[in-house]
Amino acid sequence: MKKPSGHHFDQIFFYFLRLSGWSLVIVLLFMMGSIFWMSLPTFKNSGLGFFVSQNWDVFKEDFGAWPFIYGTVVSSFVSLLLAVPVSIGVALFINELAPRWIAKPIGFFVEMLAAIPSIVFGLWGLYVLVPFLRDYVQPGLSLVFGWLPFFSGPPIGVGMMAASVVLAIMITPTISSICREVFASIPHSTREAALGLGATRWECLKLAVLKSSFPGILGATLLGLGRALGETMAVTMVIGNVAQVKASLFAPAQTMASLLANEYAEANSDAHLSALTAIGLCLFIIAIIMSLLAQLVVDRFHKKVHGR
Amino acid sequence: MKLDLSFYDKKRSLKNSFALGLVGFLAILGSFPFLAVTFYVLMKGFSALDWAFITQLPKPPGEDGGGVGHAILGSFLIVSVASLIGIPWGLSIGIFMSEVKKKTPLFRILRFVLDVLVSVPSIVVGICVYVSVVVYMKAFSGFAGSLALSILMIPIIARSSEEIFKLIPDHIREAGLALGIPRWKVILKILLPGCKGALITGLMLAVARAAGETAPLLFTALSNQYWSADLTKPMASLPVQIYNFAISGFENHQRQAWAGSFVLVMFVMVLNLVTRFILRDKNHGSRN
Repeated sequence: MKKPSGHHFDQIFFYFLRLSGWSLVIVLLFMMGSIFWMSLPTFKNSGLGFFVSQNWDVFKEDFGAWPFIYGTVVSSFVSLLLAVPVSIGVALFINELAPRWIAKPIGFFVEMLAAIPSIVFGLWGLYVLVPFLRDYVQPGLSLVFGWLPFFSGPPIGVGMMAASVVLAIMITPTISSICREVFASIPHSTREAALGLGATRWECLKLAVLKSSFPGILGATLLGLGRALGETMAVTMVIGNVAQVKASLFAPAQTMASLLANEYAEANSDAHLSALTAIGLCLFIIAIIMSLLAQLVVDRFHKKVHGR
Repeated sequence: MKLDLSFYDKKRSLKNSFALGLVGFLAILGSFPFLAVTFYVLMKGFSALDWAFITQLPKPPGEDGGGVGHAILGSFLIVSVASLIGIPWGLSIGIFMSEVKKKTPLFRILRFVLDVLVSVPSIVVGICVYVSVVVYMKAFSGFAGSLALSILMIPIIARSSEEIFKLIPDHIREAGLALGIPRWKVILKILLPGCKGALITGLMLAVARAAGETAPLLFTALSNQYWSADLTKPMASLPVQIYNFAISGFENHQRQAWAGSFVLVMFVMVLNLVTRFILRDKNHGSRN
């Protein structure tokens, strides 16, 4: 029997869809392959020592990634310390406590934060946040906590602290929106059970909401961490861009992403370019691992809640 | 006999009000940065904005006036070309993910690839395009910038369109197929027009994201001091221009960086607010 006209076009249409899918796969493979190829000479030359060496000398072509790994890890970690409590607070307040008329604007403000381009955060950080930290926050901190190595040294504004604060602001919407989803997925009966047993509202939040959504909060944190690790422009503009490992949060530092933004376009020698590409490759791999881990944690949480 | 628990109760209720107060404080703290950033961008940006700013070329350091007309043109061209590549590509992947038989190897691979691409830092996409395009063409070009932005757009568009297509109930597909309409026509002529509004909001968010990206353009499109509409040459873009102005020490340039941020934030905000209104209208419509 002859098919009605138009049906043979189905095959062409689905071939086209499949082609677009495969071509994206090929693009990703090609991208990964080419940056791997480009960074190969660095790994051949310095091996795993590349990750622990502290030197970054463009003229002597002596490259080590440790200051940048350190800067990335510390700035992201401090930003999580700041952003996670705030994000949980925002999510709890909007979902559980606040009346509609105040929950709505707060939710709106936090969500719209995600829409602002990172270059604008950088500009704001450089000309508003950095002077504020330098003139008010850092002198105060060094007066009270100056005996701690984290708050030692002169308050100069640009540095690890400014970068962490900007990062914290930028990842708050990510973490809080996932926390809100997680809190919303906990059945009402759990809360009612806690309240019915005579718990205060805080005890209800703590026992019924926070405790059972811990894996979801962990997933949200990992996702925020993934974003913080790769954030480039805002960090580049406020971190000071000095390749050094210092305990003090007041000191300038450098992250992997900000190093790339600063030096990649100006790299002349092949060795320099290869070392920078190797750092890009590390960033790529870390970001992939982070996001897959986060997804795994969140998926398992959803399965646990809905499977019950 | 009555037990006196009033001390214990008082402690609990004190703890309760303290903890709830803390949560409220954190929530207000969390909404503060948005107000602070938009306030400064509006205040400092608006005062530096004039007609010359969006029509002229930058003046050399030290001179007053000038503008970023070439960067606005460049951003427009780069983002347009990126959309021309990214929208059809992302859309067809989204349709594949929701309409074609699941559990094929390609389906699973694409799920993974989209997850990876969504989480790749944008600067790494810039490096990939540099290594695989700029090195071979031996020149920075606006087109390389478009390519980098389109790679950022594809996973966003694919994911949002997949979600939207999945929301369409199956009986609509079945109704079309029962009338003897081929599947490609069901998809393109019935499903696609049916969810046009929601699809467009997804596309607008992707375009807004691409328009604000700086990092992937730094070493693909680079920048340019002059008017240029040639996509094979280095091309200025608004975010990169803001960056260059912001880190230059000159006061006029810093003022113009704020003005540029104002333009960028306005563009992104308007797109976001419009999509919010479209989505809200849609929700109200379906509820009634």
